[in-house]
Amino acid sequence: MKSAAFEYTRAASIGEACELLARYGDGAKLLAGGQSLVPMMAMRLLRPAWLVDINEIAALKFVAAEKDAVRIGACTRQAVLERDDALAARVPLLRQALAWVGHAQTRNRGTLGGSLAHADPCAELPLAAQVLGARMVLRSTGGARTVGADAFFTGAMSTALKPDECLEEIRWPVWPERRTGSAFTELCIRHGDFAIVAAAAQVALDDAGRCVRAAFGLAAVGQTPLAFPRLAARLVGSALERDLVLETAKCAAGESEPGSDLHASAGYRRHLAGVLAARVLQAAHAKAKAA
Amino acid sequence: MSAKLHVIEVEVNGKKRFAQVPARLSLVDWLRDELRLTGTHVGCEHGVCGACSVMLDGEPVRACLMYAVQAHGHRVTTVEGLGRPDGGLSVLQDSFCEAHGLQCGYCTPGMLIAAQALLDASPEPTEAQIREAIGGNLCRCTGYQQIVDAVRLAATRLK
Repeated sequence: MKSAAFEYTRAASIGEACELLARYGDGAKLLAGGQSLVPMMAMRLLRPAWLVDINEIAALKFVAAEKDAVRIGACTRQAVLERDDALAARVPLLRQALAWVGHAQTRNRGTLGGSLAHADPCAELPLAAQVLGARMVLRSTGGARTVGADAFFTGAMSTALKPDECLEEIRWPVWPERRTGSAFTELCIRHGDFAIVAAAAQVALDDAGRCVRAAFGLAAVGQTPLAFPRLAARLVGSALERDLVLETAKCAAGESEPGSDLHASAGYRRHLAGVLAARVLQAAHAKAKAA
Repeated sequence: MSAKLHVIEVEVNGKKRFAQVPARLSLVDWLRDELRLTGTHVGCEHGVCGACSVMLDGEPVRACLMYAVQAHGHRVTTVEGLGRPDGGLSVLQDSFCEAHGLQCGYCTPGMLIAAQALLDASPEPTEAQIREAIGGNLCRCTGYQQIVDAVRLAATRLK
């Protein structure tokens, strides 16, 4: 369980990281927290010729609050985000998702951008990004471009990142409605394990208690984290009555495409998808009502 | 593939250490094989078991998921760094003995690192916080109950 030999460079800036990626192309991988990349290298599932270490780039570590968004540097540690009360007040779903990500030791190293770029279909942070429609800023020597989560996640462990691009920052939309609630849950064999199914939701209510905005999604039941904007739109204008929520969750489960493995059959995952989607919608609703 | 060596300077248990390491050398292998700090154990080598936990700049991390070259310029604390300066056991270590928080001892260094980091950040942890803090460390002997007891005992003694 030792990584194969590779060449290593510690990039001092985003510019330098992009230049190295441009020079080495497919043979290079960015090393962020390393909590997924290093085990994959230890198991020889990956043998990059070059690792470009971006851990020491201070410009990739920040949380900046703006009027209608929070911008987060891609190399910000998960543990730093978890402790950030101001962030939790504006994007509560992120802290709720982080509570399910690995363990204290892995969150101390693991980064937000690393998890998104790794794009594991079971992972919590990609699901939160998909549900909220986070926008990713991708930088290369040619400049920067911004991609929405729906276009960023292109398949299992694959994203819109080109070999010469570095994920620079992630922009999380902040919902302006005062009465907003969100929830995240998942089923896994032991806490910190990969999710068998994960679900996330956020809803906003007006003063009369009618839903004015809703978003929800599921992970581990498809090649990418799934959001259901068309189904969520059906909830708008309702009082999120129990039957409507259950029906909507059931439709989402029906649209999901789970696979079977040692831990769970596709049928069981689809059943769970409906149960957990309903549960997060109801929990988000309860929080919005209390807000 | 060249075996280029990288010069690193790392503060380990309060002492500056210099070395030349190949990039592929993991932090835990460097600590054990070159510095002979064999208190840190190697378990799964892919980030699952927690036996190799060390503190990096005061925060617990898995030393099998970092390359030694990445520790350059940082501060590492291993289980050897937890004891009293006179060589005696720390309050936490003694509490593990007292509460029977170990049997075979393989997970113990990692448990101690995780628990010490918890006590440093939260001197009066709840049981849920203790369980969360050691949640990334596997123990196949104790069933965890006595480990939780040991951490709780240490917190009481440190008050």
